Amino acid sequence: MDVIDIKNLSFGYYSGHDVLKNISMKVHEGDFLCIVGENGSGKSTLMKCILGLNKVTKGEISVSGRIGYLPQMTEVQNNFPATIEEIVLSGTLPDNIRKIFYTKQDKQKAKEIMEKLQLYDMRKKCFYELSGGQKQRVLIARSLCATEKIILLDEPVNGLDPKIVFEIYELLKKINKENGITIIMVSHDVDRAIRICNKGNRSRKW
Amino acid sequence: MIETIQEMMGFAFISRAVLVGTLVSLCAALLGVSLVLKRYANIGTGLSNVAFGITTVATAFGLMPLPIAIPGSIIVAVILLKIGNNHKIKSDSAIALISASALAIGVAVTSATTGLNTDVCNFMFGSILAMSMEDVILSIVVSIIVLVLFVIYYRKLFAVTFDEDFSKAVGLKTSRYTNLIAVLTAVIIVVGMRMMGTMLISSIIIFPALTSMRVFKSFKSVIISSGIISVVCFLIGIFLSYLYNISTGAMIVLVNLIMFILFTILGKIVRE
Repeated sequence: MDVIDIKNLSFGYYSGHDVLKNISMKVHEGDFLCIVGENGSGKSTLMKCILGLNKVTKGEISVSGRIGYLPQMTEVQNNFPATIEEIVLSGTLPDNIRKIFYTKQDKQKAKEIMEKLQLYDMRKKCFYELSGGQKQRVLIARSLCATEKIILLDEPVNGLDPKIVFEIYELLKKINKENGITIIMVSHDVDRAIRICNKGNRSRKW
Repeated sequence: MIETIQEMMGFAFISRAVLVGTLVSLCAALLGVSLVLKRYANIGTGLSNVAFGITTVATAFGLMPLPIAIPGSIIVAVILLKIGNNHKIKSDSAIALISASALAIGVAVTSATTGLNTDVCNFMFGSILAMSMEDVILSIVVSIIVLVLFVIYYRKLFAVTFDEDFSKAVGLKTSRYTNLIAVLTAVIIVVGMRMMGTMLISSIIIFPALTSMRVFKSFKSVIISSGIISVVCFLIGIFLSYLYNISTGAMIVLVNLIMFILFTILGKIVRE
């Protein structure tokens, strides 16, 4: 089954300057797809189109289900007062957007995911005091709360040391195999990224 | 001390000021947490200057200032946030531009018409004498609206403040919540400005959030403690201002500053 189907997609930030031109691709359920390429080749732009953050100029994108997104970390998060629990729980928000408080099911879901990712025992810890690898685990947990099918990661191992990168990749593999979650990862870490995924897609200047 | 407080509250204008100030301080602190974390702290300063400009111009033409200043500031607030999201213009320079212009227009129009009288001075530095019964009612209504909306949208405000891209990607209408913060901030600034003064109102938005972040590390505890810190600083400030006959707005800011220093030291001790 296709979870994402892109047909003849074109996109440009200014008219006449297409960053992406005529892209077609399909992502199947259970894929571990890696989009690699140099900086400025349009990886993140493509991803933002899939997420609906960029309005496509031409072509079509169909996505089945909600995508759990893991954006690159921003400066705001560097000293943001928030506990692991607060952040992971916020991933359940789209499930019941009209409610005022989190429901019991939300809390249960967040708890299970935190346990699986070995975050539960330190759930009261503050986000900005965690190590780089732990921070990524928290953000992966949040994206898992938001979806049952697809997660999309933007440069998840940027600036992490090799040992931690290996751990993150192993974790993603596990999520992909055991939970059957489709993973799309954008990275410029070509060599290692290609080795762990089951499908590669090298982006160049389109 | 209790006698002094009783004596203070005996004056109707002071008890009105205490009521309005408590509510405004509480709301300003809650909104301040989001503004500070999203790096929008300057918007408070910008908006207070805009509110000053609109208020003085309205007064110069003999109009009621509030019905004009509130919608006017709301419009500017939304525009400022829009600029903040547009990467072509840096938002801090845009804010500096708009606030200086608004201030200049206000001062120019007033000096050409009524002259820079005590009214203008009060808008600038605040006056607790300025609180009328209408102000009290308005501030109660506005504060209740802010508090209720804050509770209803608490989870979304957290998500949007922490990570706007994620929130947008999972389907939250993020611009709706940033606009909500901007609108509420504009209203609180207009209501609080006349007591605190244009120059000082933005500090009660920024100080409590920064103070509580020295010690507290979860979003919920920062929100709750900012509200408490803000109200406590206001009450101490207005009491000292009465006792030593010092400008109320300035005294409140000074108490906030002392509290900030205390919390910074406390934070250091807790960490060690």
